[in-house]
Amino acid sequence: MLDVKTLSLVGGVLALLAGATTIGQRLKLQPDIGLNPALVESFNLRIRAWWLMCTVLAAAFLLGSVATVVLFGLISFWALREFITLTPTRLGDHRTLFWVFFLFTPLQYVLVGLGAGQYGLFSVLIPVYAFLFIPARVALAGDYKRFLERTAKIQAGLMVCVYCLSYAPALLSLNIKNYEGQNPRLLFFFVLVVQLNDVLQFAWGKLLGEHLVAPAISPNRTWEGFFGGIASATLIGAGLWWATPFEPWQAAGMSLVISVMGFAGGMTMSAIKRDRGVKDYGTLVVGHGGVLDRIDSICFAAPVFYHLTRYFFTQH
Amino acid sequence: MTGPLLAALARLLSGASVRWIDCQPDTCQRVYFANHTSHLDAIVLWSALPSALRAITRPVAAKDYWEKGAVRRYMARTFNALLIDRTDIKVHQSPVDMMLREIGHDQSLIVFPEGSRATGSDIGEFKSGLYYLSKKRPDLELVPVHIDNLNRVLPRGEFLPVPLLSLLSFGPPMWLEAGEPKNDFLNRAREAVRRLKDL
Repeated sequence: MLDVKTLSLVGGVLALLAGATTIGQRLKLQPDIGLNPALVESFNLRIRAWWLMCTVLAAAFLLGSVATVVLFGLISFWALREFITLTPTRLGDHRTLFWVFFLFTPLQYVLVGLGAGQYGLFSVLIPVYAFLFIPARVALAGDYKRFLERTAKIQAGLMVCVYCLSYAPALLSLNIKNYEGQNPRLLFFFVLVVQLNDVLQFAWGKLLGEHLVAPAISPNRTWEGFFGGIASATLIGAGLWWATPFEPWQAAGMSLVISVMGFAGGMTMSAIKRDRGVKDYGTLVVGHGGVLDRIDSICFAAPVFYHLTRYFFTQH
Repeated sequence: MTGPLLAALARLLSGASVRWIDCQPDTCQRVYFANHTSHLDAIVLWSALPSALRAITRPVAAKDYWEKGAVRRYMARTFNALLIDRTDIKVHQSPVDMMLREIGHDQSLIVFPEGSRATGSDIGEFKSGLYYLSKKRPDLELVPVHIDNLNRVLPRGEFLPVPLLSLLSFGPPMWLEAGEPKNDFLNRAREAVRRLKDL
């Protein structure tokens, strides 16, 4: 697994992170160059989260695909905690939530861990079976107040935090032509493009941003950031084609789709946060960075990337 | 020996983050008083303290609940609970006297002055125990604690927890003022807990 391609990919990311850390610390030590200190602080926080993410991802990759699936399962579990914590539920939802946390979440990841052979089941477990179970169990509890709203919220949390995210580790068991045993690199490529797109949209937005996409939802996301970020993430993604099973133009197309979906994920989760009146999913939870804030774009991009790869690059 | 383990488990399960607002952890004798929302309150509050404080802090809990079954008995012993018999309160053996005798001059207490868990989201009226406690020992620091969201982790009448994230806020210490009427004091104490919710 640790071949030249993987090593250069990992080495490149480490060099990038080291560079970013150096710049961040320099900026922090020079408060008088006219940069907003809050911006520098937010930049440094992002970098710290990236280091953490890379360390954990690297550890999981080295330990193999089971460890990676377990890792993503734990991230899902934590993200769902944050989601449901911020969603008003009623006493009657308690037992439903218990099954959501301790049955559906682990089961989804067990099925993903069992491999692409379980695709028929893990791709419908939550959209179909959890969808049927949740309202039935809530109804059984006998509380009809805001019934549809409550069941929809639980279902939405489960879809975003568990179902969508589980498509990322599911990439590991795809049977791609002429790419056997190299799937971890595909997952790495995917996460890298999503995160680069996030940070590039932020950077472009800060540099050139003028026209806000939806001011009521996010004061940071601008059309300039959107196009700049997507264009540069697509170019970088295309340049990384050698790490993937794709041709350069295919890698560019995939990166484009990943970037657009990442943007959609960020916007959607911002809208939910605005509705709940918080800035970060971590706000209620002092000291925790807010896992959901870090993975919103991955959640939205993962199913689309998985299905495109599965449809066009595997025998099924 | 299993104390740290139980504390870690409680912290993990309740996802509790802890804020100290105008208050620092201290080994001086204190009475932590909090709103009561779940059976987990006592354990989670106790677990939120640093280990040096856990060793000298005793949650006051209901004997009838915590002596039911081996697991609960074992847990109550591990977190050093001071069990009060709610059904057998005598004049010469009032719970307040018993608490004071048990803590001596080095231990701290965790109490829930609402008595039983509140059903709504609002904090119930405080019972007078806190007042008599301070009247007899005015030197004890009273630390208000607000527990948020734990009632959703393990609501009344449920036995399976849902692992949501909760928040504990410790507020600035207060004391019983000289000559302060009972009701004024109890309302002030309740307000001290309630204001932590919005900070």
